[in-house]
Amino acid sequence: MSPSRRVRRTVLLASTLVIAVLGVACSAPSSTGGSGDGTELVLAEAYEDETLHPLMGYAVDGASKLFDGLLTHDAARVVQPALATEVPEPSTDGRSYTVRLREGVRFHDGSSFEAADVVATYRTLLDPASASPLTTEFAMISGVAEVDERTVRFDLAYPYAPFPHKLVLGIVPSEAVAEPGPLEDSAFNSEPVGTGPFRLAEWRKGDRMIMEANESYWDGAPEIKRLVVVFAIDDNTRAQRMRSGEFDGTVMPPALAETFRGLDGYRVISHTSADYRTIMLPTGNPVTGDPGVRLALNHAANRQGMIDALLAGHGAPAYTPIPEVLGTYAEPSAQFGFDPARAEQILEQAGWVPDPGGTRARDGVPARFTLMYPASDTVRKDLAQAFASDARAVGVDIELEGLGWEAIEPRMGADALVLGGGTPFDPDLVSYQLLHSSFAADGFNNPGSYANPEVDAALDVARRSTDEAERVDAYQRFQHAYVADPAMVFLTFLEHTYVVRDGWQGYQRIVDPHAHGVTWGPWWNLQDWTPAA
Amino acid sequence: MGSVVEPAGLDTGGVSERSERATGHNSTAQGAPSRTRAIGWLVARRLAFAVPVMVIVSAAMFALAAASPFDPIYQYYGVQIFTASDEDIARARIELGLDDSMVVQFGRWAGGLLSGDLGDSRSLRQPVAEVIAERLPWTLLLVTVGLVIAMLVALVVGIVAAWRQGGWFDRVVTGAAQAIEGIPAFVLALGAIALFALGLGWLPVAGLTDAGADATVGQVARHLVLPAAVLGVSQSPWLLLHVRQSLLGALADDHVTGARARGLSERVVVLRHALPTALLPFVTLIGARVPELVTGAVLVEVVFSWPGVAAAVVQAALAVDYPLLATLTLFATAAVLLGSLLADVLTAVLDPRVATDG
Repeated sequence: MSPSRRVRRTVLLASTLVIAVLGVACSAPSSTGGSGDGTELVLAEAYEDETLHPLMGYAVDGASKLFDGLLTHDAARVVQPALATEVPEPSTDGRSYTVRLREGVRFHDGSSFEAADVVATYRTLLDPASASPLTTEFAMISGVAEVDERTVRFDLAYPYAPFPHKLVLGIVPSEAVAEPGPLEDSAFNSEPVGTGPFRLAEWRKGDRMIMEANESYWDGAPEIKRLVVVFAIDDNTRAQRMRSGEFDGTVMPPALAETFRGLDGYRVISHTSADYRTIMLPTGNPVTGDPGVRLALNHAANRQGMIDALLAGHGAPAYTPIPEVLGTYAEPSAQFGFDPARAEQILEQAGWVPDPGGTRARDGVPARFTLMYPASDTVRKDLAQAFASDARAVGVDIELEGLGWEAIEPRMGADALVLGGGTPFDPDLVSYQLLHSSFAADGFNNPGSYANPEVDAALDVARRSTDEAERVDAYQRFQHAYVADPAMVFLTFLEHTYVVRDGWQGYQRIVDPHAHGVTWGPWWNLQDWTPAA
Repeated sequence: MGSVVEPAGLDTGGVSERSERATGHNSTAQGAPSRTRAIGWLVARRLAFAVPVMVIVSAAMFALAAASPFDPIYQYYGVQIFTASDEDIARARIELGLDDSMVVQFGRWAGGLLSGDLGDSRSLRQPVAEVIAERLPWTLLLVTVGLVIAMLVALVVGIVAAWRQGGWFDRVVTGAAQAIEGIPAFVLALGAIALFALGLGWLPVAGLTDAGADATVGQVARHLVLPAAVLGVSQSPWLLLHVRQSLLGALADDHVTGARARGLSERVVVLRHALPTALLPFVTLIGARVPELVTGAVLVEVVFSWPGVAAAVVQAALAVDYPLLATLTLFATAAVLLGSLLADVLTAVLDPRVATDG
């Protein structure tokens, strides 16, 4: 055989061998995902937690699988006792709460749970040397004291009605926070020890986290014995892996989740949330500082159109920061109808007259301002573009800029911003820091420096009063006062969409807080799930 | 840097020098031992040169990070930044030492490095040593297998293309190599996933193992195929075209014509006479491609969710995580310096004509 043919044969043989080896390797049976024996659940996350330390911000809304708080939320967002024996009542002046603790609870490492652990947790959080990101959230606490081994007393700087909602924070062992100093240096960030229904078995960073059932959990060991959370950041890849059967459930953007609708063995679940998106209009800007412009823009925005076009219908229109799910607190008449004609009328009355180019102007100042949005967030970008086109229709010219948060922060006082946030547990948690004048331009709180004395008064009354009827009345007044002179243009409350594989019982629908991913969603009460019969 | 030798430019001098060497004499009197010593001096000089290079690179990295617009407080607070007050943020900045000058931070890090403490990674909330220990093996595995694949593909395909120059194989390969050279690694990666993982279902989509499975040899091997193949294929076009070009040049050399004239088989002529000469610049090329390999690894690891050290680089840069970023930059610099040193040493060992004063 000629040499060239011999070489060709060798190459051919070698490549056939390589392909054969690959083929053999590839035909090895793949694992069928979690529900083989019904006690393992595999979930996929879009974001990886950076820390598992509750004082560094892990699961600050509760529903952490690894930790318990003194209280917890049930499906109706009512606080229920967890590590406390009952929901604490405030003292007569509303500035002190005494909590009795459950007996016989043990941490994952076997040490017993005592009052000293609660005191250590909260004191470390408030200690400036810890540099905890949560200090502002708990600024109302002036002191924590151990009354005896089973009782703790919280002293507040002022009466704070929603305080029980704060007590869902996970409790850590006192030994873990014994040394003062920045919390970020603590090994506890990666090796947490809590009292929760699951314990951390393995965390391979960048890849996955495995949790195992805590057999000696005070509320009964969970039936799910192994929980695997895989980090798959890219939405499309995650959807494909879900389709190939690798996961039992995951969170997904609405459009991708819709592709699973009707598929055998899968369920698409969508949760309403209190997660709002709003156009923050600063009072320091000559155009948005005019209350007439702000009111007109609220009427010019086509909220339902944005929801239908941009969110595939997954969303609820928003007019104030208080979502409908907050029941009696929400005021259904506090609304702005979509009425471009009315918007134009308001602008005319305020003195904004259209010039030949179509943009309105007043005393030589054109109705033009810049709207910023975080460049990495496509939903906010879409909302910004839709809002700009709605504003264009009534003669207000908006320029869009996609920026990083570091570039946005110094400009928030002068330029508009697509802001987001929200929580479904109490109206104070979502509205006070956002709209009260005492928080004007304080970090990202009230970035537009909105100051409305009626709104301030109503929010103060509602925060300090412990009488339910008084609070409801105060929030109604707040919403009416806000609608008369709006600070922002609230657009929508988002809906979170999830895809879940059949085979499990125990799912209960809830309203999601802002938190992303699988801590909440359909899996907020995983410890109560059982395999389907 | 070492000198790149182009065999085609030495055809007049090559024959006489080669005949001199064939009789066992070198131009200098001592012969082989002095060559070894010369190479040893080359290594020593390079290692000594490496130290100031690494110091300058890490100082430059600190300066760049200090000038970057990213503020580490955002990564530290995460979603809590939106409800934190200015006062609390300012206090946290002081506690964390974020506003210390670049010089102070560099000094702190360098001092820790010299005493063996690599510092703590803020973005991953772990000691840097732990981050490296957990992630580096996976990156090394990926990069080594990728490099081996790149070399094999470049050698085999390049040799066959040069041998059958002008044939259909040569034309297809050259065109394809030019095309792949222009395609970014992540586009290749996504295309490979779409074809092999989703379309044909032969290979897993991403990750180190199947979800929930342990990291056994079988699992990792199966998940390594696609990322390593993509990395290798994305690095191979340049090497392939170079092998092909140098082999074509070597095939035109006098000594090859001489070998053919002596009646040796074509296979022996190509593989035993032309190829060794053509491979000399190939070794240096590999050393020069190490930086490309590093950046290719970053892209591939991100797309395939491979938990290696390169994926942590992006996160560290966005979070202005000085300790982790500095250590990873040092690693990358060391890898590049080591790669080029190895390539030059190999070239010096293989080809006695190469000067060792680089």
